[in-house]
Amino acid sequence: MDLSSINSLLLLASLMVASTPILLAGLGELVVERAGVLNLGVEGMMITGAVCGFAIGFETGSALWGFAAAAAAGAVLSLVFGVLTQILMSNQVATGLALTLFGLGLSSLIGQGYVGERGVNVPDVPLGPLADLPVVGPILFRHDAVVYLSLFLCLAIWLFLYRSRAGLVLRSVGESAEAAHALGTKVVRIRLAAIAFGGACAGLGGAYLSLVRVPQWTDGMTSGAGWIALALVVFSSWRPWRLLLGAYLFGGLTVLQLNLQAAGVKLPVEYLSMAPYILTILVLVIISSGRGRAALGAPAALGRSFHAAA
Amino acid sequence: MIALERRPAPSAVWRWATPPLAVLLTMVAGGAMFAALGQDPLVAIRTIFWDPLFAEQFASYARPQLLVKAGPLILIAIGLAMGFRAGVWNIGAEGQYIVGAICGAAAGLALYPADTRLILPLMALAGALGGWAWAMIPALLRTRFGTNEILVSLLLVYVAEQLVAAMALGPLRNPDGGGFPGSRNLARWDSSANPELIVGTGMHWGVVAAFIAVIAAHVMFTRHLAGFQIRLMGEAPRAARFGGVRAGRLVILCFGVSGALAGLAGLFEVTGPAGQLNIDFGAGYGFTAIIVAFLGRLHPIGILLAGLLMALTYIGGELAQLTLGLPAAAIQAFQGMLLFFLLGVDVFTNYRLRLGRRRIA
Repeated sequence: MDLSSINSLLLLASLMVASTPILLAGLGELVVERAGVLNLGVEGMMITGAVCGFAIGFETGSALWGFAAAAAAGAVLSLVFGVLTQILMSNQVATGLALTLFGLGLSSLIGQGYVGERGVNVPDVPLGPLADLPVVGPILFRHDAVVYLSLFLCLAIWLFLYRSRAGLVLRSVGESAEAAHALGTKVVRIRLAAIAFGGACAGLGGAYLSLVRVPQWTDGMTSGAGWIALALVVFSSWRPWRLLLGAYLFGGLTVLQLNLQAAGVKLPVEYLSMAPYILTILVLVIISSGRGRAALGAPAALGRSFHAAA
Repeated sequence: MIALERRPAPSAVWRWATPPLAVLLTMVAGGAMFAALGQDPLVAIRTIFWDPLFAEQFASYARPQLLVKAGPLILIAIGLAMGFRAGVWNIGAEGQYIVGAICGAAAGLALYPADTRLILPLMALAGALGGWAWAMIPALLRTRFGTNEILVSLLLVYVAEQLVAAMALGPLRNPDGGGFPGSRNLARWDSSANPELIVGTGMHWGVVAAFIAVIAAHVMFTRHLAGFQIRLMGEAPRAARFGGVRAGRLVILCFGVSGALAGLAGLFEVTGPAGQLNIDFGAGYGFTAIIVAFLGRLHPIGILLAGLLMALTYIGGELAQLTLGLPAAAIQAFQGMLLFFLLGVDVFTNYRLRLGRRRIA
């Protein structure tokens, strides 16, 4: 093994790219959960976004259309979940699982003709002299627009949740749907909007995998990224900045793991590939041990159905 | 104006009417999907649901496959249903299934090439223990630290998938296999083989275990205190707490049983239909079993029927691949759709439609 072959600069530079898919999906799910809805279908929406983004990008030759299609596909799929759980009052855990199972099937159905094709090129944002800065340049300023979009989204969600009236209403729905309803808030509508937003974010995250990170379409290519995003939301205690921190920490460790594989560590690849999942579990254990649900900041109405008795 | 009104008590009629209705709706929506793929929807539906059992040229192969596929699905779903009823979400059965197969296969291969009838039972024990131990990870983390068992059990599936690949390429690789990945063929070694017990039926020891599990679960839910406590915890957690039900114990019980059953299913698969442990051993039974559990209304007899139906879609799907060129993924989407429709139609179990103007509250 040759550890010196790992270039720490390159490693840091790919950190942001590696973190963006789970950051996007996690941010979306954070808003959904803040509205009191637990959508376990993130994996299904991500992979559907991945295939739609890749396919539309490939057909139109435009990355922009690819990402737009991915967000739309994620939102449409999430609305299936939304209608089932919010209007037909189905169990959120079961429906989320159904969404994941369906999304995995649907995506590999759509993606059949695209296996092995080369995706469209996603250009970096020209940041002029910033990109040429030593050290900081390659790490921070040589990325595509979606990386910056995800950072902007983090800020926007923070502003929305904590500095706007609409955000307060959304949080109140997540804390007590009954109380919000009594105050005249349209609980179901707000939740549906949050779910659609979460779906669009998950779709974008998926498309980032298939258009930038990999960039190719393969069956089941998200391989648990959606579940890791769900775990990140718990890790973040439902706060956007902590989610950003978590996603980057996690992305860094993923990149390190890949680099260790490339450097030829004397450990079969399979054991290294387990690392992200085991790490996520460890983090979940640490974050949940010793503290109650309330202290963690979980929305009080998370996962509960709401039916306004007319 | 159409509004939903909560029923005073869940409707018994709808409870059992929803699964057939959901299957029907899935056939319609699935037909539309197949039509979109350029197939004649009626032919596709007939190929999936009718031909495997009744078309003469396929039935001799397909009929035994029904039990072969339904066995693991039912065995896993029975365990999962126990947890789902209690509000304990073990969704990592796929991982427990894989680890069960690894442990069982390892126990058997350690004794290779001994020739005794005791090896298969020993492997079954090891398989059940392996699945149990894998399920204990999320269970203990939940009871000790309050860690979300849904996420942990699911993440462990990915770990198990890597583990089986590592085993098939490393310690359990067939030394006489010419360097190919995969273990020795356990189905061809008399001591470990899990053969078809009655020729032409597809019945193997895993199917027998599934039938026993159905009966045992039925007895437990209707006659045993643990079954009552599980139902109580799922339907009225507060009442359960006041009634002296110890939630932690039930979590461990539910995870333990479902893990052991999934492990058993994995072991019977690896010694029978699959034959060897290979990189791609996990075939998704653990996830499909979730659909089976819900389609069967978390009821043992319902699960038995739902397992047979889902097995039929697997076989019919293979047949449709062969004769119509329908992609394998279409069936997976079809199965997911079924769960959607089931959960959607289920609204009528607890609510009724009310037509007319909504009264002013």
